[in-house]
Amino acid sequence: MLNYLVQRLATLVPTLFFVSILIFGLQQLLPGDPALILAGEERDPTVIAHLHQTMHLDQPLPVRYLYWAGGVLKGDLGESVRIQKPVRELIFEKLPVTLELAALAIVIALSIGITAGIVAAVARDTVWDYAANIFALWGLSTPNFWLGIMLILFFSVTLGWLPASGYVSPFEDLKANLASMIMPAFVLGNAIAAVLMRHTRSAMLQVLNSDYVRTARAKGLDERVVVLKHALRNALIPVITLGALEFGTLLSGAVLTEQVFTIPGFGKLIVDAVFNRDYAVVQGVVLFTATAYILLNLLADLAYFAVNPRLRG
Amino acid sequence: MATIAADLPLYREYSPGQRVLRRFMRRRGALVGLAVVVFFVSLALFAPWFSPHDPLQASWSAVRKAPSALHVFGTDEIGRDVASRVIWGARASLLAGLVSVSIALSLGVPIGLLAGYAGGWTDGLISRVTDAMLACPFLILAIALAAFLGPSLTNAMIAIGISATPVFIRLTRAQVLSVKVEDYVEAARAIGNSHLRIALRHILPNVVAPLIVQATLAIAAAVIAEASLSFLGLGQQPPAPSWGSMLNTAKNYIDNAPWMAIWPGLSIFLLVLSFNLLGDGLRDALDPRHK
Repeated sequence: MLNYLVQRLATLVPTLFFVSILIFGLQQLLPGDPALILAGEERDPTVIAHLHQTMHLDQPLPVRYLYWAGGVLKGDLGESVRIQKPVRELIFEKLPVTLELAALAIVIALSIGITAGIVAAVARDTVWDYAANIFALWGLSTPNFWLGIMLILFFSVTLGWLPASGYVSPFEDLKANLASMIMPAFVLGNAIAAVLMRHTRSAMLQVLNSDYVRTARAKGLDERVVVLKHALRNALIPVITLGALEFGTLLSGAVLTEQVFTIPGFGKLIVDAVFNRDYAVVQGVVLFTATAYILLNLLADLAYFAVNPRLRG
Repeated sequence: MATIAADLPLYREYSPGQRVLRRFMRRRGALVGLAVVVFFVSLALFAPWFSPHDPLQASWSAVRKAPSALHVFGTDEIGRDVASRVIWGARASLLAGLVSVSIALSLGVPIGLLAGYAGGWTDGLISRVTDAMLACPFLILAIALAAFLGPSLTNAMIAIGISATPVFIRLTRAQVLSVKVEDYVEAARAIGNSHLRIALRHILPNVVAPLIVQATLAIAAAVIAEASLSFLGLGQQPPAPSWGSMLNTAKNYIDNAPWMAIWPGLSIFLLVLSFNLLGDGLRDALDPRHK
């Protein structure tokens, strides 16, 4: 386990290094003087001078990178030109909203995806299997922002059951919070449910054909116990770890979902930053996302390694 | 001997290409997918003929009109014909899908080939850069690139293409690693072929099949990505029609003109679904071991 951890950490460092170069490199795509563009439309000479000084624009590129990376290592992701706040503070301000949305979406994705996957595997080549596969294709092919608009049309405009947009904190009013989050969470969870369904189906099919499941059946155990207790437990190991890799889909989806339902989260932060030409925020959000993704990947790998005795030798 | 031969049923010898085609033709879903893709490609190519109205022509006397004989999909917030805009929007979506995947293929395949074939520190360096790119979620990287490059359809295609590249690098590299140890590659090396010739003439043709499948599925992802960027205002710029930007406007009028949102969204769904079905069918046809 320790050897594996050391090996994984050894690949983590260069990956993070290249992520930082990639994100620093984004700034170089801006035509002309970055300070002029970063200063926004007002082009306040004081702001431009300040940016020249803080970004070390008179220094060569590698030196500028070292200054930037040094700041990042100390937790300094720069400052928003528009809101005049540290990017790190902005991210941590918006993150809880997106985390709540993501958590609800995962609950929905797990409930739908794993149930559909089990049904499809147990009832292989029946109408249930075909229905689950059609559901998966539907989930993978539906643009989530369109699904969001259609849900608003049905549940908010036609039936008037749920609010079309906005966000209420769970600490203010839990019921109103759930009412405002249920549609976005379903939209976000839908695509992940499709992926989880496919993973669960194939893992279950593999496990259901194994010797120990045949033994459990031969012992005369109830089929429900065989499927849920014996087969599912082992089938879920790869599903959960593969599911962790869907974190990227979750964050990409959150950008669009938060835009459709006007939820003031992490996704809306990056979109607003793009339109306000607040590039430090864009860079900060991408860097934070990538780092979180890498760390989550590492945790998923370690979890897989820990729960799978065959890998431990 | 002659009797035995006469008694045996006649088996026709099929070439590998014919076998792939026969397997593909047995996949009904893939055939439906292909038919829908051909339909959308025809719409995009012959948009001026299929389009009943000028997609940019506003009419203040026909603002947000419900579907009728004159405007089958209704009209939008400034009286433009939604059906005509959906037909012309197919151009932006398909163009984005094809151009971005071409960018990803033209960058990803040579780099993946180099990483897999050369090995050593070249492979290590390329793999770490690929890992770094894969660590940034696809759409977030595309949004960031589009933001820094500036909003336009061309920049959106470049952003999507670059964001899709690491998947092709990784896939090509993995395929090359398994093919380069085959006997025929060893034989090609033994008779003195140059590295370039071995890579291009002996390895590349044998790694193409999974790349075709991945490219088809990547087009589906690129169509959604272009629609997403246009929805956010980072792709095709108004007044040029694009399904994503049509949906962006439509969400503001969902309570009194829902048809503005239904048709562009349905078009994205159908096109993406068709590419996914086509990709699944191609995978089954090109790699029968995969199920």
